[in-house]
Amino acid sequence: MSIYIDTNTTLLVQGITGRDGSFHTRQMMEYGTQVVAGVTPGKGGQTFDEAVPIFNTVYDAVQATGANTSVIYVPPMYAADAMMEAADAGVQLIVCITEGVPVLDMTRVYPYVRERGARLVGPNCPGLISPGASKVGIIPGRICTEGSVGLVSRSGTLTYEVVYHMTCAGLGQTTCIGIGGDPINGTSFIDCLEAFEADPDTQAVVMIGEIGGTDEQEAACFVKERMSKPVVGFIAGRTAPPGRRMGHAGAIISGASGTAAEKVQAFRDAGMRVAERPIDVVGLLKTAT
Amino acid sequence: MNIHEYQAKDIFRREGIPIPPGAVATTPDEAEKLAAQFGGTVVVKAQVHAGGRGKAGGVKLAKSPAEAKTLAATILSMHIKGLPVTRVLVTPAADIASEAYVGVIVDRASKRAVFMVSPAGGIDIEEVAATTPEKILRIPVDPRYGLLNFQALRMGLFLYADVKQARAAAKIMQQLYRAFVHSGASLAEINPLVTTPEGAVLALDAKMVLDDNELPRHPELAALRDESAEAPSEVRARNAHLTFIKLDGNVGCVVNGAGLAMATMDLVKYYGGEPANFLDIGGSSNPEKVVNALDIIASDPNVKAILFNIFGGITRTDDVANGIVTATERAPLHVPLVIRLTGTNEEQALKILSAHGFTAMTDMDEAVKQAVSLATTGAAA
Repeated sequence: MSIYIDTNTTLLVQGITGRDGSFHTRQMMEYGTQVVAGVTPGKGGQTFDEAVPIFNTVYDAVQATGANTSVIYVPPMYAADAMMEAADAGVQLIVCITEGVPVLDMTRVYPYVRERGARLVGPNCPGLISPGASKVGIIPGRICTEGSVGLVSRSGTLTYEVVYHMTCAGLGQTTCIGIGGDPINGTSFIDCLEAFEADPDTQAVVMIGEIGGTDEQEAACFVKERMSKPVVGFIAGRTAPPGRRMGHAGAIISGASGTAAEKVQAFRDAGMRVAERPIDVVGLLKTAT
Repeated sequence: MNIHEYQAKDIFRREGIPIPPGAVATTPDEAEKLAAQFGGTVVVKAQVHAGGRGKAGGVKLAKSPAEAKTLAATILSMHIKGLPVTRVLVTPAADIASEAYVGVIVDRASKRAVFMVSPAGGIDIEEVAATTPEKILRIPVDPRYGLLNFQALRMGLFLYADVKQARAAAKIMQQLYRAFVHSGASLAEINPLVTTPEGAVLALDAKMVLDDNELPRHPELAALRDESAEAPSEVRARNAHLTFIKLDGNVGCVVNGAGLAMATMDLVKYYGGEPANFLDIGGSSNPEKVVNALDIIASDPNVKAILFNIFGGITRTDDVANGIVTATERAPLHVPLVIRLTGTNEEQALKILSAHGFTAMTDMDEAVKQAVSLATTGAAA
């Protein structure tokens, strides 16, 4: 078992013929993901790698193939429209990998997607992987292994670092999900924690946060009040100076809020174990389960 | 992207917001001439991307063109929070009856633009929020409808008992919202919004932060960037498509991914060192990026050791290895280099590096310990 994606996931790729889109489509197919359609306006009727039919619109792709999930690799200026197009066509899970989506675009996308009952993951995220079942996005498959730990993170490569340590130590994963580093994203820590709590195969959860905003603090409240499963936390950016955007648009300490210290404290107050170093996640998981 | 007050005022004026005239001077003589044009008594304001300009002595009242010249000379030779002042705004002094705060930001929690207004203007709004939160009214804006008339009027009435002034303020807020949306801003602020003894409502200051992600849509706004107002190393990094922030330590860091870059800095500190920078070379691993990254870091005289931490996902570690070889052949390093790489094409990367006399590690903790030791004692751990 897993959250959000599994062997029933039927995927369409928006931007399948682009540089990133085509590369990662092949990676996902190799991993075993059921890629049923691609969308590139103007290339409808063609076939990707002699295996995946390409359509001009998401509507056409969904009508023809019944795809239930979409992954988006289109350039940032077109990403908002792509997310809304997928939601309008009835896709239930939309994963936007694209980095650099304007934040005001996201203020319009968020309510639009929500009103149509779809779940959006991202933008500016590595996507998700349920080891052994399905991969949607760009998380390298070979660093993951099947198991009973759920992982949710705002980061990409830092997630890989932690997952790699876990896999090396024999701690497999139900699902690893990167929710993205932008100020406005579709899926929150709390959404994922709730799903992991409900997933019978997930026995423990790792939450990797970073400086900026208050999402981690709110997630900590959720852990305290609603989670029965142990949660191990890590916060990146303890040495980050205030007022500077640390790469991710969302990773900025404004005034006295959003600091790593504040978040670590919130985690501790919620009874979570907090790793000092990425590798410490392994030891904390072993004592927690 | 930060823009200067005078640039933000130009944008606000185009939407119709009432703002007293003003012009920019880069020399004391120009400031004197402008002061004479504006009738003698003027305010000379440093144009710099830092808060607290007034406290730092960067905003002064001049009672004559001669005084404007003297004050401009002083201000133009200042550094405020480390940034050189190269431009001053000269604007006629206004008589002020009251000062209020009006701002609109993108709010992460409500996932919308949110207005914040307060009758306690002219001071740091975060201070008002902390000490007297009841003096702030927050109104979220539905992006589908924009700032509605009744919302704007409610905020106007929160600021002013006089209905005429409240209506004038409401109009300004709607104009500010249009400027915010049309410019792709993440913040637009008027602090202070003032009333004059005659009852007029005017914007005396203007601040805007533009969303970097919107700049491709607005080349005219992207052109407002003032590189003289930024650290030179950060300008170079941006032009090379790297995300770089200079810090005060001596361990230079080159990392792929923002989260891992922060975690690397934290680990440097954990092992007793101090990071010299934040640097994210991003997802794609064009060797040229690595060359530029090494170049920028090696030019910081504080740096005593350089640490590469690469976890190859999209990034191919052999590309990074080639970049390291190219960069060090072009300009030999004068400080020790510690390389940690793992992930995509790791075997090829290690081969390339060892063929050129470099050793690489695969463990992040070991690499960080090594780099810290080299930076502090000059010897390996």
